[in-house]
Parts: sequence; C-alpha cells; structure tokens
Amino acid sequence: MKTPLLEVQNLNAWYGSTQALFGVSFTLNEGEITTILGANGAGKTTTLRSMCQTVRTSGSIKFAGAAIDGRSTDDIVRRGIAHVPDGRGTFTALSVEENLRLGAYVRKDKQAVEEDIERMYQTFPRLKERFRQQAGTLSGGEQQMLAISRALMLRPKLLLLDEPSFGLAPLIVLEIFQILRRINETEKVSMLLVEQNASLALDLATHAYLLETGTVVMSGPADEISKDEGVRKAYLGY
Amino acid sequence: MEAFIHQVTSGLATGGIYASVALALVMIYQATHHINFAQGEMATFATYIGWALIQAGLPYWVAFALTVAIGFIGGAAVQRIFLKPVEKAPVLTNVIVFIGLLVIFNSMSGWIFDHTIKPFPSPFPTEGFLVTKYLGGHEIGSMLVTLVVLVAIYAFFRFTPLGLAMRAAAQNPDSAALVGIRVSWMLALGWGLAAAIGGIAGMMIAPVVFLDPNMMSGILLYGFAGALLGGIDNPWGAVIGGFVVGVLENLLGAYVIGTELKLSVALVLIVTILTIMPNGVFGKKVVTRV
Repeated sequence: MKTPLLEVQNLNAWYGSTQALFGVSFTLNEGEITTILGANGAGKTTTLRSMCQTVRTSGSIKFAGAAIDGRSTDDIVRRGIAHVPDGRGTFTALSVEENLRLGAYVRKDKQAVEEDIERMYQTFPRLKERFRQQAGTLSGGEQQMLAISRALMLRPKLLLLDEPSFGLAPLIVLEIFQILRRINETEKVSMLLVEQNASLALDLATHAYLLETGTVVMSGPADEISKDEGVRKAYLGY
Repeated sequence: MEAFIHQVTSGLATGGIYASVALALVMIYQATHHINFAQGEMATFATYIGWALIQAGLPYWVAFALTVAIGFIGGAAVQRIFLKPVEKAPVLTNVIVFIGLLVIFNSMSGWIFDHTIKPFPSPFPTEGFLVTKYLGGHEIGSMLVTLVVLVAIYAFFRFTPLGLAMRAAAQNPDSAALVGIRVSWMLALGWGLAAAIGGIAGMMIAPVVFLDPNMMSGILLYGFAGALLGGIDNPWGAVIGGFVVGVLENLLGAYVIGTELKLSVALVLIVTILTIMPNGVFGKKVVTRV
C-alpha cells in the first residue's frame, strides 16, 4: 500500500485576475518521482508555484496528511518542501557556500548542516572548487547544480524541480538527471518534476500527468504514457 | 600648519558622524534597495527621546541604551505600519512614503519637544590621555563609537545566519522565501537596525551642533554623499566615504570656498559620483550571467 505524500484536489490558480489552472488534481506517492508534462503556458510552473503558495490558489493541497493551502511559503518550506524554481533562483551576489547555507536556513541541527555541505561538495565536486566564488559567475550547468544542492540542503521530503534541463548542454543534462535518480534512490526524496524534455522526464519518473491549458488531460504510469501515440507525436517527436 | 592639522582632525570627527549616517543608509539599502530620506528626521526624533530620558534623570549610558532600543523597535514598527502596505508598489510610491515620514517626524520633533535649540550632554571626558589640542574628548569618543558600531554591523552581516538571511532577502526576495526566510520581517529588522544606528549618530552629533528638529537635514546630505562615495552597498566603503566627506568639507570650507558654501560640497560630490562612478569607490560590481 503506497501512501500519498502530496494530494492535490481541484486546484485553481490565478495571476491577478487571469486564471492559469482549472481544477487540477493529482497525487504523488512517497518516494516516487512524478512528472508534469505540457507545452509552454500549460500551467506546469504554476502548478509548482501553487505547492509553495507563491501564487493565489483555491482548492485543496495536502502534504503528508496536513492541508498546506493558504499557508505561508516559509511554513511550507519548514514542512519539508524544497523548490528549485524556474530560472534557478540563485543568489547571484552571494558566494556558492552562502547559497548552500541559505538552503538550510530553517534547520537547527548545525552539525548536520556542515556535514551536508560536505556531502553536496562530494556530489557536485565543481561546486567545491568554486565555493567562495560569487554564484553569478558560475556557468549555467553549475548554477543548476547549485540550485539543486541548495534545495537538498533543506533535507526535503519533497523536491519541486522546474525545468532542470533548461538551457543546458545535453551532457550536463544527463549528468544532472543521473544525480537526481541517485538522490531519489539512495535518500528516498520524492520529486515533482516539470520538464520540457518529455523523454528524459518520462524516463526518470514513475508517474506522469499531462497538462493542457491549465487542466489535466491524461495521467498514468510513466512507461504507459510514453507509449501513448498522441503523447509520442506531440511531446516525444517520433 | 597647525591650523591645517586642526581642520583635518575636526573633519575626521564630524566625518565619523557622517560615517554612521552613511552606515544607516547603507543598512536600509542592503535590506530594501531603497534610500530612506526620512533617516535623518527619524534619527533626530530618537535623539529627542534620548534627551527626554536624560532630562528625566537617567544616567547617560542607560538613556543611550534605551534610545537605541526604542529606535530599533520604532524603526521596525515604521516598516510594519507604513511600508508593508506598499511593499510591492513601485519605487516612486516608496519615495513618497519616505518624504511623508520625513515631514511627520520633523513635525513631531517640533510639536512634542518644541523648536528651541537645546544643548545635549556628551558622555566623554574633556580631558584624558588621548585628548590633544587637535582632538577633543567628544570627538575621539564619537569616532570610537562609530567604529564599534561598524565592526558590530559588519560581523552581524558577515558571520551570522540572520545577517546572511537579510542579505539574501534583499537580493532575491522570491528565492529567499523559497528557502524559508520571512522576507517581510527581514525588512522590518533592517529598518530597526538602521533606526538604531541613526539614533546613535544623532546622540553623537547633538553635543556638537545642538539639538533642534532640523539638526540632521544637512548631516543626512553629507552622509548620503559619503555612502555614495564609498559605494551604497558596501558598509566599509560608506564609513570611509563618510570620513573623507568630513575632511573634504572642512578643508574646502576653510581654504577654498568658505563656510557658507560648505553644504554645496556634498551636493557637488553626489552629482559627480553618480555621473562618473555610480558604484562608488569601493562598491561591488555585481557580475550576472544571462
């Protein structure tokens, strides 16, 4: 019996008076990776933002059994949701190490935070080489690695990933997705992944939802979705 | 020669005051990316509170500590009450609020404590082993206080998690919220700290220029010039800038343009810096990739 970590029911979201999501429902089981696919403007990023309540929403969002809709962002972070936002959200004027420390801002276990910083440097050796460097001077791939490790510094139960492949060279993308898989397997971090690169996302994920103009039009296990004729033509390109 | 040295040293002493005003401006700038035009009037009001506490019979340093504490709470309260509603508004809206605050605090100082010029006591001895014919006890004392405040602020921003969180919140509020920082409270904290520093600056300058509701208006201008000269995002630069402006003002006033035109030194400096090197001498040029 799988326990749902995240349960979203009938979620609507607005930017000002423009509605971006219309009754979206999905669940994410503990330890699994769920991906949300869709074209530009389908509402993928908005769905992730709704989880952190950085957009106005209605509907129910339950995380680990507790309702988090209407909660403040910092409270949601304290419950163990880390967000790698679109555009990476790096603190560009701060050093790499300061970025990592900020990821653990809400944690009180100082000793373990120091150990985790070391662990991040082991996972991403390139960050260690640049730990005192201003984060804005890193390459795109390094910034994405920094954004992911900053999110992991929270020791999150759930990691929200907004287009981790965006604007990166194919080799770097592969490296990052391998690391994500390893983190999911060894540390049991559940992930909600939004991706343009559908084949990569379906390869990594266990479950997939397809969004079109703010509504879920298809859902199922990732391997079934990737076999679907319509999805193949529209998103996988063969 | 002796007169020249005297001009330099007394320039350093007033420069110390400009330095702490500049520091307060930089504090707010780091926390909010705004320049608080009401900084000077808020500092004057805090100084009046200090004056009232001393008049009530409290020992100087007790009154000093209380004033700093009240300044801190007051500054944070001002942010919560007046600036939180316009947090997401355009810069111009904020500027209007700053000007409004300037008028409010200026009028309150005059209304509550009246407009007569009041002497303000100095806590420092007039004689001592550091006191020379060039530097009086109060001048040395106020410089030391400025330096202590500077070191404390620097350590706070550089070495504490809260200081780091404040820098993060100023730089990228969206990301700061996503790591669990209460961004809005960081702004209040920044205002509190700046008001507290302003209060200290006010109490250090008041014995020199005497206390009246417009005491800080000129000083704020010099402080602003100092902050810009050093770089508006660099606390050390702001302090050095403050001292430089103090000395420059004194020397130019004494030898070049005369005392009547002293204030224009600050204005000329501000315009020159903004056109030639907007980042200031020590300002950090932030590199960003797109």
